[in-house]
Amino acid sequence: MSPDSATGTNQLLPAVPLAALFFAAFVLPLAALVVISLFRDPQFSGLSLVQYVRFLSDPFSLKVLTDTLWLGAEVALATLILAYPLALVYVASGPFMRTLITFLIMLPLLTSTVVRTFAWIVILGRDGIVNSAMLSLGFWQAPARLLYTWEGMVLALTQIQLPLMALPLINSLLRLDRNLTRAAEGLGASRARIFVTVVLPLTLPGAIAGWLLVFAAAATAFITQTLVGGGRIILMPSHIYQQAVGVQDWPFAAALSLIFTLAVTGIVFAVGALSRRYVRGVDAA
Amino acid sequence: MRHSLIDRLYSGVVGAISGLGMLLLLAPTLVVLVISFTGGITLKFPPPSWSLRWYVELLQSQEIIEPALTSLKVAAAATILSAVLGCAAALGLARSQLKIARLLDALFMSPMVLPAMAFGLSLLLVFNLLGIRLSAATLVLGHTIICVPFVIRMVGASVQQLNPVLITCSLSLGASRWYTFRRVTLPLIRRGILASCFVAFLTSFDNVPVSLFLADARTEVLPIKLWAILEGSLDVRVAAVSGVIVLLTLAGLVCAEISGGVSRQIGSR
Repeated sequence: MSPDSATGTNQLLPAVPLAALFFAAFVLPLAALVVISLFRDPQFSGLSLVQYVRFLSDPFSLKVLTDTLWLGAEVALATLILAYPLALVYVASGPFMRTLITFLIMLPLLTSTVVRTFAWIVILGRDGIVNSAMLSLGFWQAPARLLYTWEGMVLALTQIQLPLMALPLINSLLRLDRNLTRAAEGLGASRARIFVTVVLPLTLPGAIAGWLLVFAAAATAFITQTLVGGGRIILMPSHIYQQAVGVQDWPFAAALSLIFTLAVTGIVFAVGALSRRYVRGVDAA
Repeated sequence: MRHSLIDRLYSGVVGAISGLGMLLLLAPTLVVLVISFTGGITLKFPPPSWSLRWYVELLQSQEIIEPALTSLKVAAAATILSAVLGCAAALGLARSQLKIARLLDALFMSPMVLPAMAFGLSLLLVFNLLGIRLSAATLVLGHTIICVPFVIRMVGASVQQLNPVLITCSLSLGASRWYTFRRVTLPLIRRGILASCFVAFLTSFDNVPVSLFLADARTEVLPIKLWAILEGSLDVRVAAVSGVIVLLTLAGLVCAEISGGVSRQIGSR
């Protein structure tokens, strides 16, 4: 291939239409979002940072933000605990089991979010599976409230986001040099010890990649948050939606969504950068 | 063996948790399918009796069928747009060493990183400020942006695996650029394109954060409609819709798997 600059830029020509579309329908709107967040009130009567001050001095909004980030962190941790054994079994098994696990992971990934959330409404509802099982087994005297609780929401999100954690972990484990675990085995280490001292440190990048994916997905999961969490648990996505569509306070909604975006992507980039700096192991990508 | 007890305990824990994980992955889909055949009028599980009444009811529910058709149309349009524009861009960017190519690649991937709600809201505000009325077209525009990253990644990966010598050969043997593209490049990246179309379609069909702001009363889409129904009441018709979606997705997955190995394409991301 000729390396001269003329053909170099010519090669990029096919990317021009998409670049134009992205400029008009992605870059420009986001720039507008920043500008709108700087207006003093919904009537656009003057520029100031008042929306950001309003957010920072409002304990309710601050709590909504920290709750949302905490939800993401909690769900990501829960998926990590579930996904590691799943990935270990995947790597250790034969072709049939691998196809089965791949299918099980792909199934929820491809099924609509509303459908998956609906399934959890059926499972956790008053007459749902958990309640009827516990009642008929005699463990509970009366149906418990599982839907519209924080724990129910974490459980549902954990299942819904599990594939996002399992895929990078499996990739990471597949890239692990088997000679290392065999060497540890040969030197007499127990399997638990091999996991803690060899497998875990070397697949940590995959775990962190999965953790970040699930964190971002769970924090922004509007449907599951509103339907399983219910109206009393208010998190950033529904807060933004309320301000934008319900109250029609666009400057505040714009500021909220920018703060939320910065918080989520900030954490993703910071953790990603820290892990690249301090964690050595096989790459998940 | 000194370690046998610890080893057995470790295997037990790993086995138990992975079993639980697999059950968790499968259960909700099964639950949805089972409850959709209930004869009762609530989401009571296990169903008190069996019937197809909710599917019959669904066939008569114009207010659900119409959003479903809108969703299918919007998803088809967004898939075609993102596939055509995304493929062209992926082919252009794949072999370029220029800095601007990497910048563009990062730009095209960024909808994946950014919380989609912020993007949906920003589009709504811009359309409003410019006086553009919300319609199916504005919705397709938003969905296209959300779908592009999948096309760029998956088609880009296919292009990376393509041996450039094949193209040089074809050109040096006198084939035109267009003929080379049609007969050499396209067949070799076909699987990547098909897999990315499959994922793009599902992404658009399932999209909520963008549709939430851009779908107006006339262009209601299915996920938003179902969300609105479920927020108001626990309507069993949603179970029938879910059953249909699950079965169609399964059928699509099987077709895509046979024609191009989608799971491998997605798994290798």
